[in-house]
Amino acid sequence: MIAPPKPDLVTVNIDGKDIAVPKGTNVIEAARLIGVDVPHYCYHPKLTISGNCRMCLIEMGNPAVDPATKAPIMDPATGKQKINWIPRPQIGCATNASPGLHIRTNTPQIKDCREGVMEFLLVNHPLDCPICDQAGECKLQEQATGYGRGYSRFIEQKNVKPKRTQLGPRVMLDDERCVLCSRCIRFSKEIAKDDVLGFIDRGSYSTLTCYPGKKLENNYSLNTVDICPVGALTSTDFRFKMRVWFLKQTNSIDTESSVGANTVVWSREGQIYRITPRRNDDVNDTWMADSGRELYKQVRSADRLTTIKVNGADSALDIAINTALQLAKDGGVAVVGSGRSSVEEQFLTKKLADALKASTHLVSRVGQGDKLLISADRNPNVRGALVVGLISTMPEVGPALRAGLSSSVHSLASQPSTQAGSESRPHLSGLTDLAAAIDAGQVKTVISIGEDLAAAGLTAAQLGKISIVYLGTHANATSAAAKVVIPTLSVFEKNGTFVNQQFRIQKFAKAVPGPAGLPAEASAKAGATDDLIVLAGLANIAASDVAAVWKLLAAEVPALGTMSYANIPETGLLLDATPFAALPFAEGETLHFKPAKS
Amino acid sequence: MAIVPLERKPLTLAERSYLPGIVGGLKTTLKHLFQPNVTMEYPEQRPALPPGYRGAPTLVKDPHGREKCVSCQLCEFVCPPKAIRITPGEIPADAPTAHVEKAPKEFEIDMLRCIYCGLCQEVCPEEAIWLQNQFSLTGYTREEMVHNKQRLYELGGTLPDPHLKWDKKLAAEVAGGASH
Repeated sequence: MIAPPKPDLVTVNIDGKDIAVPKGTNVIEAARLIGVDVPHYCYHPKLTISGNCRMCLIEMGNPAVDPATKAPIMDPATGKQKINWIPRPQIGCATNASPGLHIRTNTPQIKDCREGVMEFLLVNHPLDCPICDQAGECKLQEQATGYGRGYSRFIEQKNVKPKRTQLGPRVMLDDERCVLCSRCIRFSKEIAKDDVLGFIDRGSYSTLTCYPGKKLENNYSLNTVDICPVGALTSTDFRFKMRVWFLKQTNSIDTESSVGANTVVWSREGQIYRITPRRNDDVNDTWMADSGRELYKQVRSADRLTTIKVNGADSALDIAINTALQLAKDGGVAVVGSGRSSVEEQFLTKKLADALKASTHLVSRVGQGDKLLISADRNPNVRGALVVGLISTMPEVGPALRAGLSSSVHSLASQPSTQAGSESRPHLSGLTDLAAAIDAGQVKTVISIGEDLAAAGLTAAQLGKISIVYLGTHANATSAAAKVVIPTLSVFEKNGTFVNQQFRIQKFAKAVPGPAGLPAEASAKAGATDDLIVLAGLANIAASDVAAVWKLLAAEVPALGTMSYANIPETGLLLDATPFAALPFAEGETLHFKPAKS
Repeated sequence: MAIVPLERKPLTLAERSYLPGIVGGLKTTLKHLFQPNVTMEYPEQRPALPPGYRGAPTLVKDPHGREKCVSCQLCEFVCPPKAIRITPGEIPADAPTAHVEKAPKEFEIDMLRCIYCGLCQEVCPEEAIWLQNQFSLTGYTREEMVHNKQRLYELGGTLPDPHLKWDKKLAAEVAGGASH
């Protein structure tokens, strides 16, 4: 490892406290480091500076030097170098740390400035808080309480603007609430590269709008809702569904591709209401794709599997496991693992395959990357399977698809889509070996961990020749053909870890209980069971929760030897990728990832 | 602790005859015989409730018949025994009150949980929930004691509204639209 270059530290003084920060650090960020809040609306750490809200006004001064000799001028009263304070306030967001910079954020002048800015922002702001979805996470509410005057002097009629403008399929605009911070405009232009938003009209009649004939419909449009400091941009999906203060936040991982964007799942009483991005500067900054935000709808979809079936009849878990082991007893077993299983599940899948002396397969799921936060590999955890040794080579990708991938890597982010994520269904493949083995009669029983074998390329005739044991969350052709069906939990209902394309191991936590609210116990006769319990039961291992599996993982997988589930940080931990450097990964370049040159 | 034996005094002749005690008791009885009643025949007669009395929480409509609740769920949040359960909903764009945008799809108050504290009335930004004079609630089942939205509006009726803020908002919208 090459040590990163030491940042060029400079000392700045904020409210009388000295702090050393890298040169050029934004003053708002520097103040945050010592616990000083500089209120702001338009400033966003991942966007360019526009400086138009004027909320972050500060007093700024620099050490005085003699203009002729450049010698420091000392203040005889204090014995220190004199500070030349700029008489008028400056905006903090456009001020960068320079040596000896002095900042004051708590003077009467600054207090007055903030009250003035708040008063102007609230002049035309409607009293919508009881019906506004942003209430509870609204910067205007917070800063009116923290820095406002507390009463209104405005007696004139407020401006009237349109309140239900549909900017795109997933974003609705309430113009009256907009404080013209332009974060959404800058996001669309700089991050999504889909420059459709802009302001029209002047003064207090300024209005956010789409370019005529265009819509805000790229696959990243809901990030504008996240960064909107007020309730102007709202998600049509979450609109009027639930107030945010009721929602429990659980850290999770986006499973739609190997990027592994960090997310927060917002739920109340076992129901998920929305998914938002969680900041991780090494993976997804503060963004995520719209398609990943809709994944929670699968949790309560109509085709969710909820009952254990053996030969089509309702059954219990122990009977199902025994039946599956009976089927596997005669040999000729193949285990189809999944790149959507967690690391722990893949490890137990490997254990199961070892115990049954079965061949292992993995379904590859390859689509087009959008060069931002959706990579070409739509399995979130193929690298986890490599790390735990479930597979040693990449699952095979169809030759036609491989050719198509290399030629078309244009940005999908800016392509319109009426429904998030519908523009490119991933192509499933990787079971040609298994198909040949079935045709040759070598494989009689297939245990599929959540993979639809029919979608992955097996024909109905091939499915008819084998006995299938299916562990999965949703009904499909494979579960219909299976002899044993054991419903399992979705990513929102269990704990675990994924290894993303950077070989960063990241953990996700259980946000809601599994279907039917049944406890995830081996004795439960209906409802879904944790994959780990089922796999541990099949492989006859006494490790059916994440902590127990991690003890085995640390002992048997050298790459994870020093870790435990509890001490993986929320932003993930990089694993050593060198043993796998030669493998042909499908990913192209994304936000914080560059593929190794082959 | 030392024990101090007390000497019981012997009763006087008047006390032994019980007569002064009986006469005193009859005096009190006769006094109340001719005084106005302090109790009432409860189910037939009802007490006059003082202003500000906190009976069962109800939902009210404004004088124009518009439901005032906008399902902000603050009462649900503040309710100490968690008796309130609201399912928020959107007012369709073609409704006459479309400018209010939000209204409860369902509103339930579990009267077996309610402690009549009045915090919901205090917190309501729309003055839509009021603890009115209904103090006697009975039912045969637990489900009956969970008041749904329809029942809450039946109990609540209409109260005068000194603000009519949404009417003012609509008027401003119409005026603002005309000047553009």
